[in-house]
Amino acid sequence: MGKYIVKRIAMGILSVFIVATLTFFLMNLVPGGPFVAEKSISKAAQEALEAKFGLDKPLLQRYTTYMTDFLQGDMGFSLRQRGRTVSDIIFSKFPVSARLAGIAVVVALCVGIPLGCVSAYNRGKLPDNFIIVLGTCGIAIPSFISSVLLLYTFGSWLQLLPTMGLNDAASYIMPVTALAIYPTAYITRLMRSSLLDVMGQDYIRTAKAMGLSSFMTLFKHALRNALLPVIAYVGPMLASLMTGSFVVEKIFTIPGLGREFVSSITNRDYTMIMGTTIILAALVIAANVLVDILYKVIDPRIKLK
Amino acid sequence: MSEKLLEIKDEHLSFFTPAGEVKALNGVSFSLDEGEVLGIVGESGSGKSVTAYSIMGLTAYPGRLIGGTIRFNGHQVERMSEKEFRKMRGNEVSIIFQDPMTSLNPVYTIGNQIEEVIRLHTDKSKGEARARAKELLELVGINEPDKRLKQYPHELSGGMRQRVMIAIALACEPKLLIADEPTTALDVTIQAQILELMQELRQKMGMSIIMITHDLGVVASMCERIAVMYAGHIVEYGSTDEIFYHPSHEYTKGLIGSIPKLTTEESERLVPIEGQPVDLLNPPAGCPFAPRCRSCMKVCLRRMPPKTQLSDTHYSYCWLRQKEAAEGGERA
Amino acid sequence: MEHTQNTPELEKLPLGPDDFSPATASEKESLVIMRESVNFWADGLRRLRKNKIAMVSLFFILLIVIFAYILPSFWPYTYDQQIKYSENLSAFEYGKTELQRIEAGESVFPHICGTDKLGRDFAVRLMMATRVSLTVGIICSICVLVIGATYGAVAGFTGGLVDDIMMRFTDILYTIPDILLIILLSITLKPRIISLAETPGFEWMQKVGANLIAMFIVFALLYWVGMARITRSQVLVLKESEYVTAARALGAGSGRIIRKHLLTNCIGTLIVTTTLQIPAAIFTESYLSFLGLGVSAPMPSLGSLATDAVKGMNTYPHLLLLPAILISVTILVFNLFGDGLRDAFDPKLKN
Repeated sequence: MGKYIVKRIAMGILSVFIVATLTFFLMNLVPGGPFVAEKSISKAAQEALEAKFGLDKPLLQRYTTYMTDFLQGDMGFSLRQRGRTVSDIIFSKFPVSARLAGIAVVVALCVGIPLGCVSAYNRGKLPDNFIIVLGTCGIAIPSFISSVLLLYTFGSWLQLLPTMGLNDAASYIMPVTALAIYPTAYITRLMRSSLLDVMGQDYIRTAKAMGLSSFMTLFKHALRNALLPVIAYVGPMLASLMTGSFVVEKIFTIPGLGREFVSSITNRDYTMIMGTTIILAALVIAANVLVDILYKVIDPRIKLK
Repeated sequence: MSEKLLEIKDEHLSFFTPAGEVKALNGVSFSLDEGEVLGIVGESGSGKSVTAYSIMGLTAYPGRLIGGTIRFNGHQVERMSEKEFRKMRGNEVSIIFQDPMTSLNPVYTIGNQIEEVIRLHTDKSKGEARARAKELLELVGINEPDKRLKQYPHELSGGMRQRVMIAIALACEPKLLIADEPTTALDVTIQAQILELMQELRQKMGMSIIMITHDLGVVASMCERIAVMYAGHIVEYGSTDEIFYHPSHEYTKGLIGSIPKLTTEESERLVPIEGQPVDLLNPPAGCPFAPRCRSCMKVCLRRMPPKTQLSDTHYSYCWLRQKEAAEGGERA
Repeated sequence: MEHTQNTPELEKLPLGPDDFSPATASEKESLVIMRESVNFWADGLRRLRKNKIAMVSLFFILLIVIFAYILPSFWPYTYDQQIKYSENLSAFEYGKTELQRIEAGESVFPHICGTDKLGRDFAVRLMMATRVSLTVGIICSICVLVIGATYGAVAGFTGGLVDDIMMRFTDILYTIPDILLIILLSITLKPRIISLAETPGFEWMQKVGANLIAMFIVFALLYWVGMARITRSQVLVLKESEYVTAARALGAGSGRIIRKHLLTNCIGTLIVTTTLQIPAAIFTESYLSFLGLGVSAPMPSLGSLATDAVKGMNTYPHLLLLPAILISVTILVFNLFGDGLRDAFDPKLKN
């Protein structure tokens, strides 16, 4: 077990390292320096700025400098938000995004799992068909479309919910909904097919043959096995929530990390893009590693080394 | 004579699939005394498992019992509700399945799974259930029961798991144990051990057993009576000796002819049964075995043969026997 | 007795000696109703045709394809044609000059879906946008198929250390959240490719659209991982199967085995995975467009049309709703059709 954990963590660190390297070199592939866009500054000022940020040095040297600094927690200064370090900005914005994503995870699990169970339990009947239709639509609607439609319907048209920021409980409703639609639909479908798969297993037949009620069979014997794929999905789910947060935070004007990332793209704030990319990738990778380890703990079949 | 434990009369069961009605059982009748061991032999799809499952109300969707009566231990099985079935399953009648690898839940310990059944059907406390589970494991010949109770199924070998399955099935001392090909998935040496164990347990506990198998060797060593099934019919029924030494149906003869024997001489070849089983979506009007039968007559193709009683305990459904009986009658 | 029907009356008839004469082989055979043996494709197609949802989806896909690739050629407006005084029209409304032309007796084709703020006919823009989105989806899926299937087949077939290294690489790529890399690649690759298209020798790229090509490359660079994994596992299973061993024993070379046995056996899985990749690519493209990283102006994609309409959604909601619905419906029908294909040709791929 210890060996597996160490191996998995090492793989995760390697992944983060690769992301960081890729990001660094890709950023430097962009034609023209980051200050070219600013027409207001003179050539001399531009060179001075480039010297200040070390952009006049050879690429490899800049790479090693960046990486050593990064390991010490220094991701440099934001190019656009003068005087603020990238880590500063990230740490101030992250809690907002984390809260939003956390609520969305809870919603997705609490809605998706029961819906999937109901669907599998009523296989082929009306509730099942209804849930399948909902689930299929849920994974077909991109988050920016659902956000915008929600905003239009409940914000502008019916004027029921606040359209900006995260100031009170009601303002969470729309962004969380928009963020949770895809993972909820995905979990519902996953739970349904996984449960149906498990219900067809021999040990379920054994449980029934020994006199257990179908309710007990479902809850004691099937559910635990059927939940395993859902647990495995938690890692990818975080990645999809991150993807969703970029647009949802932009649309609902939420001061989170996703919106910061998007605006740094539009502003071509390269140090910010680099910093946020690495941090977000590291988060998702860490979640994946954790889920993998957790999975082995829950499923006794997998031999622990 | 002791009272009949199980009596099935003219059971008809069909699976209503999108492709049409698959007639899995077409008038199956037999009975079982208390403490009797019956073997049901037949190839896959002949309806042997379906018959056994219907006794426990475990007929899989989209199967439905459409005719006949089943009496078991004073219950009218065909009229029972799911709730009544639940009280009966695992308590009065139990079953062990073919594949011990998949028949135990991988995420619960052995102890947990045995105790669950005990506590479901008795009002024993947790501690009592555990003690009983330990006793059961000892009964089925598993050493170090305390340790095993805490283990997960994947930590045990196939033979061990089948022993655990037997322990679960016998937890509440059922009157009838259905063994659905209990040894098919096991190694030959383990097969013998499991069969031996089952015989030993039967002597100790005195339950009846229905042994479902396609292996004539298994029934020969264990069973008192044998029912041979083909395409949803019992084509021959008799005591083990009668079936093995005086097979009467051509299918039974074919089955016995295809067992290799040590005494087989070189000139004698194993005789396979040629052809394919019938399509149960469109069962033929006559004897279902007719298209594969070597001695098939014109009448066989058109009409189901009537029952020919060969002795008190032995009967078969074959036109050849009818013909012989008629000729014998004429001569007499 | 000539009857073969088993009627109750017949049942009661006494039996004659003829009944007990041996039956001939042909008589026996006439009773055995063998079900027709069908091959893999015919069987799959039959199942597909029976699947109502899949057939309805296919019908919608055909409609969308006609809408995107055929209809624009017959449309009297082009997607970048700006009509003066016809800005921001709602459906079936005419602009000032158009009304004058109508009064002068000319017939003017109506703007079925209105026009946008630059006076461009919105219906034809929707068609072109659908065309762009579909093209991105289809070509990206084909790139993914080619790269992924080759990579997976090579890894699975070679085995050993090569396989280990190749799969470790995909493992790492798999854990990296792809959207981040896609965003990075579109920021960095797009300007490069657009400037490359301006250099001599690469003008053909402009014809296709440099930013479309950038999109293909970005998708192809990342999305092949899943396909490679699926292909590899299929190859591994097949490699161990008896008929491949048999082919080997008979002296067939590796190339022949790959072509003849492995590919023909994986083809169902590959088709299904590719089909399901199309909606995923459309999904991602529309997402990138929303972030301003997708296909760029004046070429519209469904995502960029929706994005452009967000600002004015309170006044002109139809400009937002139409592309939004079109994206969702396109993704939905492709998903449903892909599910249908999977059920028909590759039931084991479920879950």
